[in-house]
Amino acid sequence: MWAFINKLRSPKWFYAISAKLQPWFWAAAVLLLLLGSVWGLVFAPADYQQGNSFRIIYVHVPAAFLAQSIFVSMAISGLVFMVWKIKVADMAATVMAPLGAAMTFVALFSGAVWGVPTWGTWWMWDARLTSMLILLFLYLGVIALRGAFSSRDSGSRAASVLAMVGVINIPIIKYSVDWWYTLHQPASFTITGRSAMPMEMWAPLLIMVLGFYCFFIALTLMRTRSEILRRETNKRWVQELVEEVR
Amino acid sequence: MSLCLQARQLACERDDRWLFEGLDLDIQRGEIVRIEGPNGSGKTTLLKILSGQLSDYHGDIYWNGDSMRKVREHFLANLLYLGHAPGIKAGLSPLENLAWYQALSGEKGDDCQREKALEQVGLSGFEDVPAGQLSAGQQRRIALARLTLTKRALWVLDEPFTAIDRHGVAALEAQLVAHANAGGCVLVTTHHELTASSVLRRVQLG
Amino acid sequence: MSMHAPSGGLMVAISATFKRDLTLLLRRRGEVLNPLVFFALVITLFPIGISPDPQLLAEIAPGLLWVAALLAALLSLDSLFRSDYDDGSLEQLLLAPQPLAALSLAKVAVHWLLTGLPLALMAPILGIMLALPAGSYMVLALSLALGTASLSLIGAIGAALTVGLARGGVLLSLLVLPLYIPVLIFGAGAVQAAILGDGIAAHLAILGALLAISLMLAPWAIAASLRISING
Repeated sequence: MWAFINKLRSPKWFYAISAKLQPWFWAAAVLLLLLGSVWGLVFAPADYQQGNSFRIIYVHVPAAFLAQSIFVSMAISGLVFMVWKIKVADMAATVMAPLGAAMTFVALFSGAVWGVPTWGTWWMWDARLTSMLILLFLYLGVIALRGAFSSRDSGSRAASVLAMVGVINIPIIKYSVDWWYTLHQPASFTITGRSAMPMEMWAPLLIMVLGFYCFFIALTLMRTRSEILRRETNKRWVQELVEEVR
Repeated sequence: MSLCLQARQLACERDDRWLFEGLDLDIQRGEIVRIEGPNGSGKTTLLKILSGQLSDYHGDIYWNGDSMRKVREHFLANLLYLGHAPGIKAGLSPLENLAWYQALSGEKGDDCQREKALEQVGLSGFEDVPAGQLSAGQQRRIALARLTLTKRALWVLDEPFTAIDRHGVAALEAQLVAHANAGGCVLVTTHHELTASSVLRRVQLG
Repeated sequence: MSMHAPSGGLMVAISATFKRDLTLLLRRRGEVLNPLVFFALVITLFPIGISPDPQLLAEIAPGLLWVAALLAALLSLDSLFRSDYDDGSLEQLLLAPQPLAALSLAKVAVHWLLTGLPLALMAPILGIMLALPAGSYMVLALSLALGTASLSLIGAIGAALTVGLARGGVLLSLLVLPLYIPVLIFGAGAVQAAILGDGIAAHLAILGALLAISLMLAPWAIAASLRISING
C-alpha cells in the first residue's frame, strides 16, 4: 500500500503506467459502447407504455451514473491530494471536473429530450432532473473556484475542500429533493422510476453503463497525461521525452 | 547558548518555481537573525514557513530539537509574529485590540498592563481612540506594543520598521537587542539598516 | 527568556473573539441593518411583480419569505472574514495557540446572532404583508432561526474559501447556494406544513439534524479553507 502511494508521488511513473493502461480502456469502451448501442437501439423490445422513446435510457442513465461517480472520484482525488500531497491526484481532479460537468449536462439534456414524448414538455421539476441540475451547479462552483486563484497550488487546495464539502452534501441534497418531490407530486411517474424491467432491456443498459465507465477512465487517463506534461514542462524527464520525439 | 529554531534542507516550491532550496538555518537563543535578499527572493514566504503558517514546504523544521509538526502548539505558544499588515482593527481602540491579542493566547490580562505597554510605544493618551483614527505608524505601534505585553521567546518580524518614525526605530532596535540579550531570539526582515551589534547575524537568500 | 507550555485558556480566547466581533458589528450598525432592509425590499418586489391578490400571495408566501431571507443572509457573508483578512488579524487568528475551528465557530455565531436571528424575528411582520395564513407565524420564525444557523455555518465555508480573492462576492454565491437547498426545502416545507395543519415536528427535527451535521463538520472545513486562503 505504502509502496504504491509512494510510486504515485511520481508523475513520471504515472505517465508511464497510464500509457500501458490507456489502450485497454479505450478498446473496452469502444467495444462495450458499440455492443450496448446496437443491442439497445435495435434489438431490445420497445416499451409497452413509452414505445421507442424509452431507448434514450441507454444514454440518460449511464450519463447520470457517471455524473455522480465522477464527483465522488473528484472528491477522493482531492482528499488524496490534501492528505498525501500527491500531485497526480490533483491533476486527475482538475481534468475530472469538466468531464463530470459535461456528463451532467448530457444527463440533463437527454432527460429534457425524453420529457417531450413522455410529459409533453422540455422541462419538468422531476426529482432526478432537479438533483442533476443542482449537481451541475456544484461542478460549476468547483471549476470556477479553481480558476479564481492566481496561485495554482491554492486553487487546487480550495477546489479539493469544496469537492469534499460537496460530496458530503450530495446525498443530503438528493434525499431532500426526493422528499420535496413526493410532497408536491406534480407528475404521475418518473422517467426511470420502474424497477421491473425485462432482462432484454436492462442487459444492454448494463453494458452501456460499463462502456461509459471505461470511456471515462480512458479519457481521464489521457487528459491527466497531458496535464502532467503541461505542469511538468520544466522537469528534466519531460524535456528528455520531447528530445526523443524530435 | 541553546538552539531555538532549526531548519534542515528547507525548500519551497510555489507553482513549479523554487523560491529557495537546500536552506539550512540555525537560530540560537540570544540571537537576532536578519534575512536578506532582493524582492521576490522568498523572505516573507520563509518567515511564514518558519512561523508555522505555511505547511507546503520540503525539509524539516525543529523547535528545541523536536519536529515542528509534532510540537506545533507549544511552538505557537512561544511565538510572536508580526506580518506586513499590523493586524489592528480600525473599529476597536488600542486597548481593545491588545485585549483580544492577549485573550488569543489564553491570558485575560488587565487594562493596567495594557496601558503600560501602550505608554512604552508612545501611545499614552490614545488608549481609547478608535484605531482607525490613528496614523499608519501609530497603528503599527499598537502591534509593536504586543512585544512588551506578551512574553514570547521567539519573535518573527516581517518589516517591523515600516511607517515608524526615526525615534521609534531606535527604540525598537534597542528592544530587539534587549530581547536577544535576555535569551530570546529574533528573526527579522527589513530594508532598514540595523546598527551592527554583537548579537546580529545575517542570512542571505536568493 | 523561559519557554512556556501552551497555557490553555480556550474559553478565554473564544469569548474574547465573540465579544470582539460583536462589538465591531454593533459599532457599524449599517452592516447589521442592510440585510434586514434588503429582506423587506425583496419581499416588497413580489406583490408588485406578481399580483397584489392576497390569496395568490398567501400560497407562495412561505417560499418567498424563505428565499428572500436566504438571499439576505448570503448578502452579509462576504464580509465575515474580509476585513480580518485585509487588516492582517486573520493571520494572527491562525497563529493563535488555540484550535482555529473553535475560534471560527465564535465568529460564525456572531454572524448568526446579528443576521440570521434578526431575519427570523422580522419575517412574521413581512408575513403579514404577504397575507400568510394565521397559525404559521411562530413556525416561520422558528424554522428561520434554526435554518439560518446552518446557512451561516455552510456559508462561512464559502466565505473562507473566497476571502483571498479580490472579487469573491459572486463566486461565493455560486459556491454556497447549491449547498443551501436542503435547508430551504425543509425550512419552507415546515411553514407550508403549518399552514396545511400537518405536523411540523418532522421538519423541525430535520432542520435540527442539518444544523447538528453543519456544527460538527463545518468548523473544520472553515479552518482548512482559511489556511488555504491566507496563503493565496
